[in-house]
Amino acid sequence: MATALKQDEPNSPNPEGAENVVVRFAGDSGDGMQLTGGQFTLSTALAGSDLATFPDFPAEIRAPQGTLFGVSAFQINFGSRAIETAGDEPDVLIAMNPAALKTNVDALREGGLIIADEGEFGKRNLDKAKYETNPLEDGSLAKWQLLKLNISQLTLDAVKPFGLGNKEALRSKNMWTLGLALWMFERDRQPIVDWLKNKFAKLPAVADANIAALNAGHAYGETAEISGDGLGGGHLTQRKVGAAPSAPGTYRTVTGAESISLGLVAGVQLAGLEMFFGGYPITPASAILHHLSRLKEFGVTTFQAEDEIAAIAAAIGASYAGKLGITSSSGPGIALKGEAMGLAIMTELPLVIINSQRGGPSTGLPTKTEQSDLYQAVYGRNGDAPMPVIAARSPSDAFFCAIEAVRIAVQYMTPVMLLTDGYIANAAEPWQIPDVSTLEPFPVSFLKDMPEGGLKPYSRDAKLARPWIKPGTPELMHRIGGIEKAIDTGHIDYAPATHQQMTEIRRDKVLGVAESIADQDVALGEKGGKLAVVGWGSTFGPIHQAVRRAVADGKDVAHIHIRNIWPLPKNLGDLLKSYDNIIVPEMNTGQLKTLLRDQFLVDAKPVNKTSGQPFTIAEIDAAIEENLS
Amino acid sequence: MNEMTKITTLKDWETDQEVRWCPGCGDYAILKAVQRTMPELGVRPEDTLFISGIGCSSRFPYYMETYGFHTIHGRAPAVATGAKLANPDLDVWIITGDGDALSIGGNHTMHLLRRNLDCQIMLFNNEIYGLTKGQYSPTSRVGTTTPSTPYGSVDRPASPCAFALGAGARFIARGIDIHKDLTNVLKAAHAHKGAAFIEIFQNCIVYNKDVFEEFAAKKTAASTQLLLGNGEPMLFEKGAKGITLNRDTLELEVVDVVDGDWQAAGVIVHDVTNKSVAHMLIDMPFGEFPMAIGVLYDDPRPTFEAAVVEQNAKASEGKKPDLQSLLNKGQTWTVTEDGPEL
Ligand SMILES: Cc1ncc(C[n+]2csc(CCOP(=O)(O)OP(=O)(O)O)c2C)c(N)n1
Ligand code: SF4
Ligand SMILES: [Mg+2]
Repeated sequence: MATALKQDEPNSPNPEGAENVVVRFAGDSGDGMQLTGGQFTLSTALAGSDLATFPDFPAEIRAPQGTLFGVSAFQINFGSRAIETAGDEPDVLIAMNPAALKTNVDALREGGLIIADEGEFGKRNLDKAKYETNPLEDGSLAKWQLLKLNISQLTLDAVKPFGLGNKEALRSKNMWTLGLALWMFERDRQPIVDWLKNKFAKLPAVADANIAALNAGHAYGETAEISGDGLGGGHLTQRKVGAAPSAPGTYRTVTGAESISLGLVAGVQLAGLEMFFGGYPITPASAILHHLSRLKEFGVTTFQAEDEIAAIAAAIGASYAGKLGITSSSGPGIALKGEAMGLAIMTELPLVIINSQRGGPSTGLPTKTEQSDLYQAVYGRNGDAPMPVIAARSPSDAFFCAIEAVRIAVQYMTPVMLLTDGYIANAAEPWQIPDVSTLEPFPVSFLKDMPEGGLKPYSRDAKLARPWIKPGTPELMHRIGGIEKAIDTGHIDYAPATHQQMTEIRRDKVLGVAESIADQDVALGEKGGKLAVVGWGSTFGPIHQAVRRAVADGKDVAHIHIRNIWPLPKNLGDLLKSYDNIIVPEMNTGQLKTLLRDQFLVDAKPVNKTSGQPFTIAEIDAAIEENLS
Repeated sequence: MNEMTKITTLKDWETDQEVRWCPGCGDYAILKAVQRTMPELGVRPEDTLFISGIGCSSRFPYYMETYGFHTIHGRAPAVATGAKLANPDLDVWIITGDGDALSIGGNHTMHLLRRNLDCQIMLFNNEIYGLTKGQYSPTSRVGTTTPSTPYGSVDRPASPCAFALGAGARFIARGIDIHKDLTNVLKAAHAHKGAAFIEIFQNCIVYNKDVFEEFAAKKTAASTQLLLGNGEPMLFEKGAKGITLNRDTLELEVVDVVDGDWQAAGVIVHDVTNKSVAHMLIDMPFGEFPMAIGVLYDDPRPTFEAAVVEQNAKASEGKKPDLQSLLNKGQTWTVTEDGPEL
């Protein structure tokens, strides 16, 4: 999702002749497929194509070599037209070993191209992949085009002059493969060469070997095409995928973890504050901690705590002391933070909590994506504990969501949860870099002087927010805590009427956030009609593409994508009621569906998927079809 | 500001809040000792922050006219870490109980001590869960009969000071709620730059009345307490007895001192920087030995927040915090009205 352009002109998105290609790189976790994919993404982005990626890797760091569960894959969909998903079916599968072939080939489009490293298809690896006969020889791949190359041997030949050991030399296999892929799609090698030189600055021999492998793969494409020899029947041909139409501006690629980190830095600057970030490592949230810990010059203090509870508790302590406390985790860690979120709600301190969702419950699917923490975000605390919740739809959107989370937190003196997921965190897409001068500041003002009539730490402004007072301020000493407190003074008070009133104030304050958020828009299609497809978070891509197809076919379908999960936009109820049917595709068993039914008494129907894989467009197509008839 | 200049009086440290501990609770005496000590520290209420967890003891911050944060059970050390990192100028005191600090919050206590955050930690040890009405705690002695252990507790207690020493604390002291010397312990803790851990024996008169009576009682204190002073011989029983080191067993022993000649008896001189002796003093079994009270160990080293501040400054050196160039970092490309510039 490179640009606003696509969303502005939803019904005529693509120029004549626009096309896209889906390539999946698959290999052993030790084969460097994520790196290969990442670099291919960079060169594709630099060529101006739009793209979306889907890194899919195992939970094990180094699963035993050659095994089915050790396969790591990276899929990229790129094209000269708007791209919103990583693609349903690959057109090209690059399989570095039998296990990679076995676990990925069924996804390949019929007639698609398999490029397999036949050097890895020996008996041992075939056994590990549970192949009785060699699929490259036994005709079982007949419905696809097959290209057998001994990539291992070709790599060894290419890097021979650099005197590396066999094992080390074979590490360059992925660069050979990347070279071939770059040739296939006429991509520039130079950015990769620069990157390799930089990455292996201290090991020039390794850099040279990798560059040689890259060049050899590229050269192989050229000569193979000229010679046109069989190689298993498949054809190696070059195909140029042009630039996608996009709005003028400067672009880069960005993953969700990067854009959230950048958005938090931006938000904290717009608030005129400094950031305190407390985290405890967990997949897929750790990347945010890693990014922020390198940005100290932006007034960022990062703290790797002893556990998730300490991470949020320290963030709360920092907010009390006058920085913006931020914490981030994934489902299991968010569960641990629950009690402390209640403390932030009670003490009415600003705080941002990021949940990079993954499959659950418990350890669940650590490296796979899911949207199953919506209940946890909206409802998952003891007591009546209201908290604003925002969900990012894509890596680019996550930047603005992070800023919005900071704004709500400081303007309403409340913790805010930002939901993202494993897919958004890891996936890369082109991003039109915002001009920071266009971002609207929302400077915080601390209470510094004794107000007339004395200090009342729980007095409130028009937004029902209480004053933020930094310890260290003369005269304004006061005590806060998680225990129920009196209106205005904040002194301990658990009289029945007080709790009734304070509960209502806390509720109303958070509901009041709806006054400051945008009305719900229709992402694609008309307001009112036969069918609304309502989504949230990372399902944006497949829903948008499916609805676009349906609209192009003349069907009465609209796409609504909700960013503010709590409180919901004020106009949402009326908007939803303007459609005959509502379906809610989610990667869970129906959580937003329940929320919408509860809030608006509408007959929202669930469309659910919990396989750890994003929706395909075809799946949404089918759901639309079913609910239109 | 000159340390130790009196800029406040006791009154300046009292809030208008009604104190709600049970009459006769040891917490009252500790509160008074703290309020008496503060004016002598030359510090200002607005720079002072009391942070507590949950428990009877953790109500403490409400009674101090300073900044205060009554947090959640066991997490005060973590909240304090964030507050101190956000503003290292704050003078941070952590108030906690034996359950708060050593059961639910044991992990945070350990890490705060290991990191050496500059703060004072006052652990009110009453060997019981007061607020939840008297269940046994991780410091209760074996056989403690409570509603949850009607047949007596069977698990061995933790020693707060041994825990602190093991976790890497650089200041460890013991005090008694009603002891007039508590003020000196608090002053020493405050003077120590880094995490200062103080175990205070606190009498819960409702659920664990007089458990410390054997050594805390004033009448018998002379023979049951070893009052430590840095550079002073370890004497008790009005100088008639002392502590020596048996060089064969490498263990402490009680020796008689004749005519005040403690040197002849081999009584050792307390050196607060000696970690091995601190360990032995903490572990001395009461009965055979007196209870060591006062500063057991005090050997400062650089603090956590100072290291963080230093590293942040160093990593920022010569870098401009320009948001636009941060966003534009890495490989970028430009699209003009005519399409991408390739
Ligand atoms: C998460 C959580 N679990 C349990 C409790 C109940 N609780 C409150 S105080 C306490 C124990 C307090 O004992 P201690 O720390 O020794 O403090 P004391 O009351 O003795 O001063 C317990 C278990 C709680 N408040 N929060
Ligand atoms: S229960 Fe015990 S510790 Fe709690 S206030 Fe009463 S006497 Fe003090
Ligand atoms: Mg206790």
